[in-house]
Amino acid sequence: MFDRRLISNFDWGFLLLIFVICILGLTILYSAVTAGYAGNVLPALFKKQVVWMAVGFVIMMGCLVIDFKEFGKLHLLIYATCVGLLVTTWLAGHTGGGSQRWLVLGPVRIQTSELMKISLIISLASVYADSISPEGLGFRHLIKPVILCIIPFSLIVIQPDLGTGLLLLLIAGCLTLFVKVEKKVLFTLVGTGLSLVPLVWFFGLKAYQKDRILTFLNPERDPLGAGYHIIQSKIAIGSGMLTGKGFLHGTQNALNFLPEQHTDFILSVLAEEWGLVGCGVLLTLYFILLFWGLNISYSCRNMFGSLLAMGVSIMIFWQIFINVGMVMGLMPVVGVPLPLVSYGGSSVVTNMVGFGILLNISMRKFNTA
Amino acid sequence: MGAGLCIVFIFSVLFLRLVYLQMIRGEEYRRLSMTNCVRLKSIKSSRGLIYDRNRNLLVDNRPAFDLTIVLEDAKPLATTLERLAELTGDSCEDLAATIEKAGRSAFYKPLVLKRDITRDLLAVVEAHQFDLPGIHIDIEPTRNYIYKKTAAHLIGYLGEINKEELASGKFPNVRSGDSIGRYGVEKSFEADLQGKRGGHQVEVDVNGRVIKILKTVEPVSGKDLILTMDLALQQKAETLLGENDGAVVALDPSNGDVLVMASSPSFDQNDFIGGISNKKWQILRDDPGKPMNNKTIQAEYPPASTYKIITALAGLEEKVIDRNSTFFCPGFYKFGNRRYHCWNKYGHGNLNVVDAIAQSCDVFFYQTGEKVGVDALARYAHGSGLGRLTGIRLAHEHPGLIPTSAWKKKRFKEPWQAGETLSISIGQGFNLVTPLQMAVFISAIGNNGTLYRPRLVKSVQDAKGQVIREIEPEIAGGLPASKANLAIVRQGLLDVVHGNRGTARHIRLPGVQIAGKTGTAQVFSRKAGEKFDNKKLKRTLQDHAWFVCYAPAQDPKIAIAVIIEHGEHGSSAAAPVAKELIHAYLGDPEIPSAVVKDDQESVE
Repeated sequence: MFDRRLISNFDWGFLLLIFVICILGLTILYSAVTAGYAGNVLPALFKKQVVWMAVGFVIMMGCLVIDFKEFGKLHLLIYATCVGLLVTTWLAGHTGGGSQRWLVLGPVRIQTSELMKISLIISLASVYADSISPEGLGFRHLIKPVILCIIPFSLIVIQPDLGTGLLLLLIAGCLTLFVKVEKKVLFTLVGTGLSLVPLVWFFGLKAYQKDRILTFLNPERDPLGAGYHIIQSKIAIGSGMLTGKGFLHGTQNALNFLPEQHTDFILSVLAEEWGLVGCGVLLTLYFILLFWGLNISYSCRNMFGSLLAMGVSIMIFWQIFINVGMVMGLMPVVGVPLPLVSYGGSSVVTNMVGFGILLNISMRKFNTA
Repeated sequence: MGAGLCIVFIFSVLFLRLVYLQMIRGEEYRRLSMTNCVRLKSIKSSRGLIYDRNRNLLVDNRPAFDLTIVLEDAKPLATTLERLAELTGDSCEDLAATIEKAGRSAFYKPLVLKRDITRDLLAVVEAHQFDLPGIHIDIEPTRNYIYKKTAAHLIGYLGEINKEELASGKFPNVRSGDSIGRYGVEKSFEADLQGKRGGHQVEVDVNGRVIKILKTVEPVSGKDLILTMDLALQQKAETLLGENDGAVVALDPSNGDVLVMASSPSFDQNDFIGGISNKKWQILRDDPGKPMNNKTIQAEYPPASTYKIITALAGLEEKVIDRNSTFFCPGFYKFGNRRYHCWNKYGHGNLNVVDAIAQSCDVFFYQTGEKVGVDALARYAHGSGLGRLTGIRLAHEHPGLIPTSAWKKKRFKEPWQAGETLSISIGQGFNLVTPLQMAVFISAIGNNGTLYRPRLVKSVQDAKGQVIREIEPEIAGGLPASKANLAIVRQGLLDVVHGNRGTARHIRLPGVQIAGKTGTAQVFSRKAGEKFDNKKLKRTLQDHAWFVCYAPAQDPKIAIAVIIEHGEHGSSAAAPVAKELIHAYLGDPEIPSAVVKDDQESVE
């Protein structure tokens, strides 16, 4: 059942790259969670993350067993399951920080919106693989994808988690543009979008909602909340200078100025302790990772596989850009984790599934059947 | 290859930004990080004030001084704590334990060592500021209940928010260590009273002293409440209750305003500030008078003879009696082979419904109730607001109990006995009501049929005194009785006080007509024919005394329900309380009216 050719086509280099990023990620996380502790007990969060990464590797390997084309055939089933999970989260989810994002299954809490990303990418790739044409997609081709996006988007926004909802649309939008749409479709979509914004702004939103969005766009408006985090984050990053203060020697890190330093703001820990050199290494690794993903997409002879690889790469790209941009004060403060570095099981597993899909496509790229 | 170019471009931007932050501005950020100088200092908002209906201030905030420490600045910690311990008289270990408890996230955040310190200690610590790096005095607005024990159950108190409540996301403006309403109006109107905290983003020096304020967010004060309660009347009611266990509720029959809500014994809300001590809490908890119970809404009593109003209404509405039907009372009613006694063993003779109410004849109501039946009685009671919540905006309200035959079947697996209907008809047996329910009911009789939802707060206003929200009176329903039948019952209630044989004829006031009903609720049942000398009974076995009334009878301005636990007789223990309150609320009439003359004639 397992073709020998598959082993010889296996992309060992990509696997090694992911492994290296994981090790780097764990190193930074170790510093972030041990900072300020005198004792030498290994913090529980660090152990949990190691377990999640191990689980992630197993799941990634699991993704290789089935031919990726099967995902395309089963995409509606996967999609329905994920939407079902989102609905369950909405009805019975665990509330954390004022929004319902978590589904509790025994000892595990799953952030269901993370899993939805992969599922949506599979569905869109499958739909577009059937409708792609050199002239681009027409309106009628976009009906299905729009419906596929709107359902999870609404379910995530009511949690409320505007950031993740927008990220979902961003990934879908980029994939659609990559597939190419007819010019008139593009203009119409952009036009309607732009004209809807003021309508929603003036008639659809309550004052406190506008306030939240303005703060989201400009953290300086909230000097005691998001604005304060950005300042502390900038101080931490800048103070690292060229070579950093040394592993476990970050002062900002040790003082816990940032409440999310082991999740969303973890880059500030790397920057403070390893300086520009450390950040440069991580960014380079990410850069190689993304180009590897693009290469898999371009060299795949199966249209669905090619689009799927592109979708996953787009997902990784936006996570990196939004997180790094936010921590450095270039982007709004959104709860987007840094792939393989930020603490968080759902994020690790989702990304590992993504990499598993890329490896799967890569080792079956010559197999067009 | 568009995607590839995009990635190259974006990564260049990110890298350049890193170079800018870490190389070009690196020195500056390194310096800022050395002193850890950018901090947040929160500015407390003050909680809304509470006034009575005449704008007398009931609750305000006073400054309390908290001793705090910022660990990052308090170096060396051991020496600093030693010096501080010398000044405060605490042991070093206690102070260290407090710090230990606060946990990890507190290096640069002020952490409270001692709450609400005295002015003397404040002066000493201020004087030694320079020997005590990282030690600060924070001013914390603290609740101050001006009239100790007055309306404590109505106003309520605050308590520190707990972890579950914080995690629930229901209190977005509250942080750990803050207080929220735990009881009374403080709890039910938390959303209005609570302010929104502000803060400064500040630059501090190495010792944690503020050098420069970078940014400020102003705090928003909580909103003030204007209660419907009348302070003078409330205090009067509490004085009248005195050492007795019991409750008084007074309502404005025209809108359901709660003028008085007194429950005795009471407690001092100031004891709850900053957490009540274990010892004080134990004393409150173990007190047999249950000071922590709001007896007006939580205590359920047999309504006793006050319930005869319901029986009368039901009988008239069901047409088993009319204005003129009479029953003969020989002092007992023989039912089956048992005699049901009237409180007057010599008998009332022949009387109609008006006289039966005035003289509280049991035999008349045994027979009326028997004809109406238990389930129809329950229907009228329920329609009159008994056996269900009044909907007052206070937590822990109890519904009372109005039994039906179906209820008994379910509860005891036994059928209803006809004899039990007789007990029910005079308000004994399973019936249970709260004083507030009785007040709402009697005020509906007084205003000709409208049941109001009791209103505690008239309006919500901002710190400048601008009214933000009026809370409108709410009609909860209407009495299930015609105006004609209500008039008959009202005549009976008037005769209770103003008739020649009325059970409360001793509480007449010059110039004001009072209509009401007495009640004496048995605490334990006596066997037929058994005699007791009430005075020799233990106090806890003596009867509860009820009086419900409204005045002036023709156009009521106030309706009152009084219960004195173990007060023996409604007419002697409870009615005089109501009389005093009516006198205090309505004052002396300006022109002596015909009623006064009538009154003088009938004085015995």
